[in-house]
Amino acid sequence: MEVKEVLDKYGNSPGRLLGAMLEYQRSKPQNYLTKEDIQAFAKETGLPVSRVYSLVTFYSLFSEVPRGRYIIQVCRDVPCHVNGSVNVVAELEGLLGIKMGQTTEDGMFTLEYTSCIGCCEMAPAMQIGETVYGNLTPEKIASIIGELRRAGK
Amino acid sequence: MSNKVKKLLTARFGVVSPDSIEDYIKNGGYASLKKALGMDPEAIITEVKASGLRGRGGAGFPTGIKMESVRRATGSPKYVVCNADEGEPGNFKDRYLMEKDPHQLLEGMIISAFAAGADYGAIFVRGEYINSIKILDNAIKQARKAGFLGKNILGTGFDFEMDVYSGAGSYVCGEEFALLAALEGKPARSTFKPPFPTTEGLNGKPTQINNVETFANIPHIIDMGGAAYAALGTEASTGTKLISLSGNVNHPGLYEVTYDITLREIIEELGGGVPGGRAVKMVQLGGPSGPIIPPSLLDLKIDANEMRKYNLSIASGAIIVIDDRADALDILVRIMEFFHHESCGKCTPCREGLGQVLGLLDKFVDGTATEADLKLLRNLLDVMSQASLCGLGQAAPTAIKTILQYFGDELCGRIGAAKEVK
Repeated sequence: MEVKEVLDKYGNSPGRLLGAMLEYQRSKPQNYLTKEDIQAFAKETGLPVSRVYSLVTFYSLFSEVPRGRYIIQVCRDVPCHVNGSVNVVAELEGLLGIKMGQTTEDGMFTLEYTSCIGCCEMAPAMQIGETVYGNLTPEKIASIIGELRRAGK
Repeated sequence: MSNKVKKLLTARFGVVSPDSIEDYIKNGGYASLKKALGMDPEAIITEVKASGLRGRGGAGFPTGIKMESVRRATGSPKYVVCNADEGEPGNFKDRYLMEKDPHQLLEGMIISAFAAGADYGAIFVRGEYINSIKILDNAIKQARKAGFLGKNILGTGFDFEMDVYSGAGSYVCGEEFALLAALEGKPARSTFKPPFPTTEGLNGKPTQINNVETFANIPHIIDMGGAAYAALGTEASTGTKLISLSGNVNHPGLYEVTYDITLREIIEELGGGVPGGRAVKMVQLGGPSGPIIPPSLLDLKIDANEMRKYNLSIASGAIIVIDDRADALDILVRIMEFFHHESCGKCTPCREGLGQVLGLLDKFVDGTATEADLKLLRNLLDVMSQASLCGLGQAAPTAIKTILQYFGDELCGRIGAAKEVK
């Protein structure tokens, strides 16, 4: 997906920029925005590079560093916290062989914390890409990761 | 008990497909819009005022007055903005409203726009809610095709358009001034007030901003009339309330109730109580920015007058149940880390205060806190709640303050704890 293409879809206005940049970032295999991407958005919208860059640094869903193909976002806010999200993180770290915040060597998975994803009724929960997984158990986590591994190959 | 569960906003959940405007229309949808467009805008405002509807996002401002202020304000164009930045942990009601019955929200916004004299509507949805954004985008397209949006709506000469806007990960966007900044494509930082959005909102123009649940109530008020809607509730709190119940309960989920229900009835009867026969230790209301209360207050009705006696409110309707295994300090650290991460960094009390609070809490965790640290903590919390620029910094101390009020020993008991161990 090209920068111009995504801006045409969203409408080239500053207010629609966040959504456009997010969709563009999601379309890239490494889930991040390069310096060139930011410059391209600035050029196409006519906004200063500094303004576009300020959005990338302010909003937490943007990344300036390469990430995995699948971004695993684990919620640790109170409803998930009291339902054992601590164990979810330990389980994922064990399965993937990485620590929170890291990316697997094959570039398949990145493990991140997220702010509440509004799925407190199925705590503990995590979001991977556009899909939310709730009521997590060690078995369920292993099967989700296994499936994504197979699908991602 | 069952008479305190009332399906008004959730009546069509599971009955209509969120992807089908035909389903919505077949089930009474857009009838209120047709009725409203035949009314005088002032008469709509009169009905909304008579309904007693108050904002469902947490602050509880009377919706009719907001609508009227925008109508009276000078300036063009005028806007209606839906705050769908549901980022407060423990809240998920707006996600349900958007994903189960999106046209109900659209209908409420279109009626509001007609009453307030607005030309354009924006729904600002948090970036994490990818599914909600897709469903709303599709619903807007359908409404446009059906003639409920666009030029000369239903032949009445009323023009109105709307779009969905995505956030990109920022809790502070739920604060209305920060949300407006985000809608203008800027970092979400709040600003000094007044002026308020009703006179100078989006792009400096008069703007009616309301929460998803607030807008979703509007078609029902038009349908049944303000007085009948008011009769559903108590004297101080009219209509129904969506409750997001989570934490240590057997049946977490979304419940729609009337305001004469007690917190205990919600937790024990609807939520089925705490799993494993354990006891409730504390309950947080509204989310991390809300108070943490002891079980002794659970017999309060969620009605505004009754809760006000204890300086409480049901706010956005989140109820987070925490059982007797929890450590108050552990919960507080988690809450304060959340706020520290989400602070926009613009004003000093919030930006610096939260870091200092975490440093002090650490001392309580490792048992090195002194009486002087406790005094400093209390002082810092007062500065933050009084001097922060927006609701984030003002409300961030609430959890610690209420823990000190109701569970004081859990913090004070750690003073000098490290010394005793030696």
